[in-house]
Amino acid sequence: MDIHEYQAKEILAEYGVKIAEGGLAYTVEEAVQRSREIDGNVWVVKAQIHSGARGKAGGIKVCRTHDEVEAAAEALLGKKLVTHQTGPAGKICSRLYIEAGTDIARELYLSFMVDRSHERVIMVGSAQGGMEIESLAATNPKAIVKIHVEPAVGLQDFQARTMAFALGLGEDLLNHAVKTIKGCYRALRDLDANILEINPLVVTKSNELIALDAKMSFDENALFRRHRIAELRDKTQIDSREVAAAEASLSYVGLDGDIGCMINGAGLAMATMDMIKLAGGEPANFLDVGGGASAERTEKAFRLVLADAGVKAMLVNIFAGINRCDWIAEGVVQAVRNIDMKVPLVVRLSGTNVEEGRKIIADSGLPIITAETLAEAAEKVVQARNEMVAKQG
Amino acid sequence: MAVLINENTRIIVQGFTGRIGTFHAQEMIEYGSKVVGGVTPGKGGQKHLGLPVFNTVREAVEQVGAEASIVFVPPAFAADSIMEAAEAGIKYCVSITDGIPTQDMMTVKSFLRRFPKEQRMMLTGPNCSGTISPERAMLGIMPGHIYSRGNVGVVGRSGTLGYEAADQMRRLGIGISTSVGIGGDPIIGSSHRDVLEKLEQDPDTKVALMIGEIGGPQEVEAGIFAKENMSKPLVAYIAGLTAPAGRRMGHAGAIISSAGESAAEKVERLKELGVTICPTPSLMGQTVASVLAKL
Repeated sequence: MDIHEYQAKEILAEYGVKIAEGGLAYTVEEAVQRSREIDGNVWVVKAQIHSGARGKAGGIKVCRTHDEVEAAAEALLGKKLVTHQTGPAGKICSRLYIEAGTDIARELYLSFMVDRSHERVIMVGSAQGGMEIESLAATNPKAIVKIHVEPAVGLQDFQARTMAFALGLGEDLLNHAVKTIKGCYRALRDLDANILEINPLVVTKSNELIALDAKMSFDENALFRRHRIAELRDKTQIDSREVAAAEASLSYVGLDGDIGCMINGAGLAMATMDMIKLAGGEPANFLDVGGGASAERTEKAFRLVLADAGVKAMLVNIFAGINRCDWIAEGVVQAVRNIDMKVPLVVRLSGTNVEEGRKIIADSGLPIITAETLAEAAEKVVQARNEMVAKQG
Repeated sequence: MAVLINENTRIIVQGFTGRIGTFHAQEMIEYGSKVVGGVTPGKGGQKHLGLPVFNTVREAVEQVGAEASIVFVPPAFAADSIMEAAEAGIKYCVSITDGIPTQDMMTVKSFLRRFPKEQRMMLTGPNCSGTISPERAMLGIMPGHIYSRGNVGVVGRSGTLGYEAADQMRRLGIGISTSVGIGGDPIIGSSHRDVLEKLEQDPDTKVALMIGEIGGPQEVEAGIFAKENMSKPLVAYIAGLTAPAGRRMGHAGAIISSAGESAAEKVERLKELGVTICPTPSLMGQTVASVLAKL
């Protein structure tokens, strides 16, 4: 789960990381009020969206007067920002963070994340921070320092010092750098974050070390014990279909094709999407109904898939283990009866109680196309889709 | 003698008396697995499904000779249960539980590394369907009837895609020696490579099938292991050839995060390593059949 920059900064400040003075605004008036509260003559108006690369997308504006703050706030609030991380749909900006301008002497990079292959937290730093960190990783990997942390003992001072020196933070900044680095690690560990990234971490002209941006992402599976973090979820930043899916315990990802899918198990879902593509179709979504799919959940899944007006045909592919084909079949029949389905439906059932399941579909009298194997299901749904498109002209 | 489990493996169920633990314990017993009891702290001394309930895993090891365990404990407590099993001397543990926090799994793996390798409990999962040696024993939640006994060893992240493979093979008259679900979480007990190491040692296994996914370096590492250390042919299918970059597809592991990890790139690397690739997921059975025919 992602949170906003200002939320991450509030957390980091509690862990001893220095941040610039700033305040949150939901309206243009609030934005101007925040800038009046902050001393100085330069303010930065920052769009709060769940994405990096906001600067390039025009989401960060440096202002020298309160009128400029007003104009920047007007330009950003309520607008959709498209960055290379948001996809073409972009993300809506409904909050602004107004921050005191910082005199930057040097920009550094510092991040912590769970390294899956090493099964440890990895700390990554570079003395060359700023916007181009991704290309730096590709062109000059030696400029990036990586240190793994042993989970049982945690981040040690010598590791924090090694990173501080690698970032060029010797002498008078060393102690504060160590405090900053250890604070970040503790925030990640204490709060079950997967990612904590400060880019840039800056040294100011008055020789202070400040987190100028901050990004944190948290482990969904740990939110049950991180109530304070769970409350930071901003649903305006997530695809509304994905929000609805999560509320029904379904895993849904919207895609660009026109064949709707309902499948159990992420691996089988990906394989089925591969099959659809090989048969000449394009999946409209990834949807994993998971184990123990009740009739109610099946209907919710149908509604979710069919809410996409572009869907021209739908495929249900269930390999029942914990699930039972008869339960799924009942759910499918109920869903088709309750929803006025206007597109052809192909159902492939396999596994536990498959005969009972197939009988329920056959006895329903509904125009459901059935398939025995994965290949047959994919071919039939692509064919049904093509016929539907031809019919619609 | 199948690897990891067989008809004589003495199994306990952690989270035995809960609804899910009870249901699957019954299924495993019906399948023929030698379930010798279970653990539910605070319910020690009771009987459940006619079997003894213990307060601790150690008691189960000492009193009924438990060797393997299956964990159905809720996500908040599952890591603790896995570590308890490791400390008590369980040799093989399957964690079915879905939703264990990543940092808890980091702690589990760190805890397991304390043991010398030869004494270290093998863990598969979490968030997996378990392990089955068809017609011998099932330590999992799969539909047992779709598996027939034979000489193909299977390892895969996904439960249902593993079922699909088993079903395709059964239709072609091909049986399975042992099928292992390693789970879809970011941090898991055993990798594809770890399971291939076991399958290589297994006299019942003649061919190995690896069912992989986009994301992570694991499948390629397994391919390198196979090239350098395996005498048996390896067949692989990688799901997600059509998945768009950067999108998470349910399994936390199944995300394209950096170069070299997309399904297409994985397939190319595996081909270079001499692995036979299933071109589509509906051809897993036939590809295995063609490799078996050449033996």
